[in-house]
Amino acid sequence: MAKKKSSVPFKGTKEQETKLYESIAAHKHIDGCLMPILQDAQNIYGYLPIEVQKMIADALDIPLSEVYGVATFYGQFSLSPKGEYVISICTGTACYVKGAKPIVDEVEKELGIKVGETTEDGKFSIQDTRCLGCCGLAPVLLVNEKVYGRITEKDVKGILEEI
Amino acid sequence: MIRSHVLICSGSGCTSSGSVAIAKALTEELKKQGLAEEVEVVKTGCFGLCALGPIMIIYPEGTFYSMVTEADVPEIVSEHLLKGRIVERLVHDEKKLDGTTEKVTNLNETQFYRKQMRLALRNCGVINPEEIDEYIALDGYKALGKVLTEMTPAEVIQLMLDSGIRGRGGAGFPTGMKWSFAAKSVSDKKYVVCNADEGDPGAFMDRSILEGDPHAVLEAMAIAGYAIGADEGYIYVRAEYPIAVQRLQIAIDQAREYGLLGKDIFSTGFNFDIHLRFGAGAFVCGEETALLTSIEGKRGEPHPRPPFPAVKGLFGQPTIVNNVETLANIPQIILKGPDWFRTIGTEKSKGTKVFALGGKITNTGLVEVPMGTTLREIIYDIGGGIPNGKKFKAAQTGGPSGGCIPAEHLDTPIDYDSLMAIGSMMGSGGLIVMDEDNCMVDIAKFFLEFTVDESCGKCTPCRIGTRRMLDILNKITSGNGEDGDIEKLEELANTIKASALCGLGQTAPNPILSTLRYFRDEYEAHIYEKRCPAGVCKALAKITIIEDKCKGCTACSRVCPVGAISGSVKQPHVIDQSKCIKCGACIEKCKFGAIVKK
Repeated sequence: MAKKKSSVPFKGTKEQETKLYESIAAHKHIDGCLMPILQDAQNIYGYLPIEVQKMIADALDIPLSEVYGVATFYGQFSLSPKGEYVISICTGTACYVKGAKPIVDEVEKELGIKVGETTEDGKFSIQDTRCLGCCGLAPVLLVNEKVYGRITEKDVKGILEEI
Repeated sequence: MIRSHVLICSGSGCTSSGSVAIAKALTEELKKQGLAEEVEVVKTGCFGLCALGPIMIIYPEGTFYSMVTEADVPEIVSEHLLKGRIVERLVHDEKKLDGTTEKVTNLNETQFYRKQMRLALRNCGVINPEEIDEYIALDGYKALGKVLTEMTPAEVIQLMLDSGIRGRGGAGFPTGMKWSFAAKSVSDKKYVVCNADEGDPGAFMDRSILEGDPHAVLEAMAIAGYAIGADEGYIYVRAEYPIAVQRLQIAIDQAREYGLLGKDIFSTGFNFDIHLRFGAGAFVCGEETALLTSIEGKRGEPHPRPPFPAVKGLFGQPTIVNNVETLANIPQIILKGPDWFRTIGTEKSKGTKVFALGGKITNTGLVEVPMGTTLREIIYDIGGGIPNGKKFKAAQTGGPSGGCIPAEHLDTPIDYDSLMAIGSMMGSGGLIVMDEDNCMVDIAKFFLEFTVDESCGKCTPCRIGTRRMLDILNKITSGNGEDGDIEKLEELANTIKASALCGLGQTAPNPILSTLRYFRDEYEAHIYEKRCPAGVCKALAKITIIEDKCKGCTACSRVCPVGAISGSVKQPHVIDQSKCIKCGACIEKCKFGAIVKK
């Protein structure tokens, strides 16, 4: 998956930094601590800016390249900030055969951005997700954590307007 | 005194359709109507019949209500729980294959359940997964007690070998053999790892087990630890499964509190503890060597085997990696014995298998059947067939590593070996049904897009080969296919199969190979006739006017932006395909449904 450094300036707060160092202190001594720390960091900041990766590398005394390597390997980690509302469309097989693709197209059309992008006002981003495991509700769309099941492309407009 | 229990499914499927709010409303309504002391609300794991969710079952009668909403709650309380009268309108109307319907009040009497045999799922939808006592009441941790106090590690492994159980995660390697290799490896430190990185799109049995019966997995891991001489275990679970993660954490805490995990379990001197690790959205981490690398906190790239994890695994120590469903079977095998287990299934595949039914099928959900059940039984008898009167085209098993099975093989008894023989594989048990409206070339492309995206990039055949295959598929589905493309696909597929480093790459060509094997005519139609028989591939779709239906109202020719439609008033119109830009404006305009895109 291609990822690039975010163009958005880093705006981390002191409070976030304290939380990050708490997480590092809590995990530092367990084997394989980098993943849990990155997961915490993503929760604290919403994404993994290079500045945060640097803090983690320094605190663990490992090369930044190692942190960056792990951060870019996994789909869950994001190097650029996400919108206030993340629209996720499940593109697992069950949703796909039941018409997830036209839904993705419709969301892209409505918001004027592509999958993986964020609107300029920072309000919406679109992502396609792997199977969420509620295939009984296929096709499924999520707005942040809220699940909308058994939808068609015609429902998209209504859901977006609801927000 | 509790006289009635109301079970509400709190699996991911029903939770997504609002079951948590229903449970809350029910608790409040019971208080309001003064029944709080008599009726207990139990939030259980998945019942399996996700298509009808949210599901509620009321005991002792066993009444089964489907598609319950919050608004139904007051009536359920006042009618059923207070006056003992069944709320008929919430009782499931089961559609028989002959088209008639019948009200079924008991879950076990539905077509969906009758042919099932629930071993791995036995507690899902039965107990409250957040209460260890409920698990213990159903013989929970009895198997662990038995192995620790009555059996030697060698006897446990022999029992596993005798049972014939094979891994439920994909390849079907005999579990007992895996354990015996790890037991033979000499080391002070060994690990038991549970692979709960269920990445196969459309498979959700592992999640359901973790959500509905987490203690079964913990118990089995401790048994495995005793058998191979390990004192530490890891569960690598997808972060996308928040409910499963939460219930696992509760289960681990409760087991520790009861002394069933930790030091000196059952006062036998045996120590075993379990840690959770979360995946971060990388499909390749379902491959065991990649999974172990990921637990070590690195990029989850696989490495060649040998050395197998049983010799050199997590942190360089002997390790066994077992899948969730495999583990969920183990406590019962210990308690009921290998001979009992061997009576279920086929000659080479013992026991049951859980399938996640999805796609174009009436009863989407989780089913567990003995190995050797035919696809026809699963799809028609249990799954209720294909909705909307459509025709079955193929069943896809094994996810991105598997293949598509056509109608001619519907009567194949399913087990590990028979599926391999017809060009698919068991995989983790995803079973997606497709009907005549699905294009098989498009499906192959869908899976290739998945593998291209998920290829970790370590080995060339997978990194570059899968992309080249996808390029060819894109070319075919966009109408630019040419003679020789099929042969190129086949050559690439066979090369990748033979040379990729790990299971992901080696099986990535399967969706293409199996669709080529059974649906070659669809590929040929795309390439030579520039036609998508199912009408899915947009670039190949043609818009045509059905002569009989056209009244000659001229609405279409007036709306057409490129003047592609011609015809005189009150005479059937025709579309000039060379001018048509496939915008579909005419279809929307036609009042008679005379214009179709296909």
